Amino acid sequence: MEIGPIWRAMLRNKTSYLLIALQIAFTMAIMVNAIAIIQERSRMMARPSGVDEDNIFYLSSIGFAPDFNPRAAIEQDLDALRKFPGVANAIVTNTVPLQGGGWSQGLRREPGDDKENIGVAVYFVDEQGIDTFGVNLTGGRNFTPTEILWFDSEGGGPRWPDKTILTQAMAEALFPESPQDVVGKTVYIENDLPVTVIGIIERMQAAWKSWSKVENAMLVPMKRLESAVRYVIRTQPGYRDEVMPQVEKMLAESNTGRIIRSMKTMTETRQRSYLEDSAMIKLLIFVVSILTAITGLGIVGLASFSVARRSKQIGTRRALGATRTAILRYFMLENFIISSVGVIAGAIIAVGLNIWMVQAFDLTPIAWYVIPLAMLVLWLVGQLAVFGPAHRATMVSPAVATRAV
Amino acid sequence: MFRYYAKLGLLSIRRNPVLSALMVAAIATGIGACMTIVNIDYVMSGNPIPHRSELLYHVQLDSWDPYEAAEEPNEPPDQLTYIDGKALLEAGKARRQVLSYRTGRVIQPEDDAQLPFQVSSLSTTADFFQMFDTPFLYGSGWDKSDDDGMAYVVVLSRAISEQLFADEDPVGRNVVMNGDTYRVTGVLDTWQPTPKFYDVSNDSFGEIEEVFFPFSISIAKEVDSYGNTNCWKPTGETGWQAFINSECVWMQLWVELHGDEEREEYKAFLNAYVESQKAAGRFPRPMNNRLYDVMQWMQNREVVEDDVQVLLGLAVLFLLVCLLNTIGLLLAKIMRRSGDIGLRRALGASRRAIFSQYIVEAGLIGIAGGIAGIGMTMLGLQGIKLLYGEFEFVERLVRLDWVMIATAIVLAVISALGAALYPTWRACGIHPASQLKSL
Repeated sequence: MEIGPIWRAMLRNKTSYLLIALQIAFTMAIMVNAIAIIQERSRMMARPSGVDEDNIFYLSSIGFAPDFNPRAAIEQDLDALRKFPGVANAIVTNTVPLQGGGWSQGLRREPGDDKENIGVAVYFVDEQGIDTFGVNLTGGRNFTPTEILWFDSEGGGPRWPDKTILTQAMAEALFPESPQDVVGKTVYIENDLPVTVIGIIERMQAAWKSWSKVENAMLVPMKRLESAVRYVIRTQPGYRDEVMPQVEKMLAESNTGRIIRSMKTMTETRQRSYLEDSAMIKLLIFVVSILTAITGLGIVGLASFSVARRSKQIGTRRALGATRTAILRYFMLENFIISSVGVIAGAIIAVGLNIWMVQAFDLTPIAWYVIPLAMLVLWLVGQLAVFGPAHRATMVSPAVATRAV
Repeated sequence: MFRYYAKLGLLSIRRNPVLSALMVAAIATGIGACMTIVNIDYVMSGNPIPHRSELLYHVQLDSWDPYEAAEEPNEPPDQLTYIDGKALLEAGKARRQVLSYRTGRVIQPEDDAQLPFQVSSLSTTADFFQMFDTPFLYGSGWDKSDDDGMAYVVVLSRAISEQLFADEDPVGRNVVMNGDTYRVTGVLDTWQPTPKFYDVSNDSFGEIEEVFFPFSISIAKEVDSYGNTNCWKPTGETGWQAFINSECVWMQLWVELHGDEEREEYKAFLNAYVESQKAAGRFPRPMNNRLYDVMQWMQNREVVEDDVQVLLGLAVLFLLVCLLNTIGLLLAKIMRRSGDIGLRRALGASRRAIFSQYIVEAGLIGIAGGIAGIGMTMLGLQGIKLLYGEFEFVERLVRLDWVMIATAIVLAVISALGAALYPTWRACGIHPASQLKSL
């Protein structure tokens, strides 16, 4: 209805309107891409690790004494840990999910170094591994105590046990055509050593959060005889913080040929692991809020000027019979038009920026609905910002028209 | 005239305090956001060893899997095997060479009351200290003869020396690590190259190691690497001998070469070495050796985090929005004074005079914005420290040096003048007649 006259009036003073539209456009481009990054990081952080994070902690035992006996130490420690009040279970292993450092290996469906090799994270466990990590066995069976091997890096003996338990994701990666029927199948490690899959666990993440195949993991029934080992301990629910210092003291005192260090809970590990991501999310939210505020204030400033400059015209219109609502509508509509130009340009810039970021930084492309959402937000911000000055415009008295001319 | 215009500008700013504050705040926020990220990027992409960075080269050989590159598209592995590292070190074809890997040792203090503790360690060769020009508080590094003679010698970081020997000079005294007695040859003064260029395969911004001891000793004592170890070929046998003779990569070689001629000669030497290994049945991939100097290697490893680059892009756009905001407001402000300008023009003021008057006013706002912007940058950096505080290295990223403060001021003034240019130009274009009519 009034769009025609408003549009023509705007064309007479293009630059200021263009500046606001541009400002809205860039604000929108930043907003959309920031939201895209926030969504991606939040999705990443929301992935479950598969283990009982609330009740697990772990520590390293580093033997240094020349007469340190790794096997005796592990046997003695595990025995003491499993009997310790408040401790539900404990194992010796190499790492935990999200920790950052781990062991990767490749599995093949067929032997030979030219056959397809699928990367997998290795966790060395014994028959208590599933219970200690708190992962769900969904198919097949657990290891039995007699299946657990000791690996001595100096002695001969087998390099890899002939049995394994895989995560569901790894089973699907190896056998995409029959992921429900993997138990009993044979796969090959180190090119040609056969390993039989005896069980499937629902989920267990690898130690590297950014790895694209983070749910590819295998449990290997082996205890490695090394002087530096890691114990993973699951406590009775609620006893973790109480038990931790006691366990540390007990281990340190039980064998003085080693030191205990790097004791951490899974909760801390998760926080540390996703620290960059949660910080990035907070930064982006902050940036977008400030930016939106600046744009909003800019609109307020310009609209105030525009109202002040046109007070005579407003008075004239009022004198000629325009209602206050009509004046309000004029400024609101004017802002709506500017915002529309801005958000449409913004959508184009946002998509362009996103395409560039996807290529340069491997981000996931924006979800379609983010664009209309950002448009809506900026429309609202514009209308809110202009409401004050527009309201002031309605207060201009019709008498102004008669005074100054 | 300048003082008069400055006075007029101040008056005009005072007349619209809210609006002027908004403009100053917009510039300050834009500069603050931009400079916070620029500073982080500047520190991360800084040259850790400016006076020697073009003399130091990181050696890469492509000893990897015939079916798969170590890194797509066709990058050689970032580290070397023991076989190659040792062979190149012993060939000694460069002026200096440093072969090292990261590990850990347990120090057993003489005083029984002190508990044994673990220290981060670098197993390295004698040239490390001269080649990387490390500062010494006491003593010096060890000699090449110590490497060859497998002497139990050690260089301590300042912190460890103070922990063990308080303020005394420990040179010549003994330190027991993992049951072996080492003689201290030197103590490093505070030294923290950022990025930690000599070992970006493990932690680009990590702390330097706490003790440095000879490579020959660590191999003889079978000291495991604590750094990244990557293997493409099964080691076959188990045990230390099998591991060090395997195709696993786990150590880094740096060489010092002066000038193009030496570099080309060294490249030729590397090619000849790889040819000889190919003849012996190793190196199944096509010849693909790399010799990068420090800064090339930092770029190749992309030590500047993606997040920082994304934020840098967003921060530049942020500044742009803030400037658009300022341009719009200044324009509105100046156009509102069309009457004044028309009158001055009619009374004989030249366009130049009008231009000077308004650019001075805009400049005042810009400078205020710039100064506030430096404050905002400091706030921003503190915010970053708060957010990322758990990473120790952030401490080093959030320091503003004079270069960055100067950059912030220049950026602020350029931004403000850039923002002022268009509105001022528009003011100059106002015709005296058109405005006088409406008065």
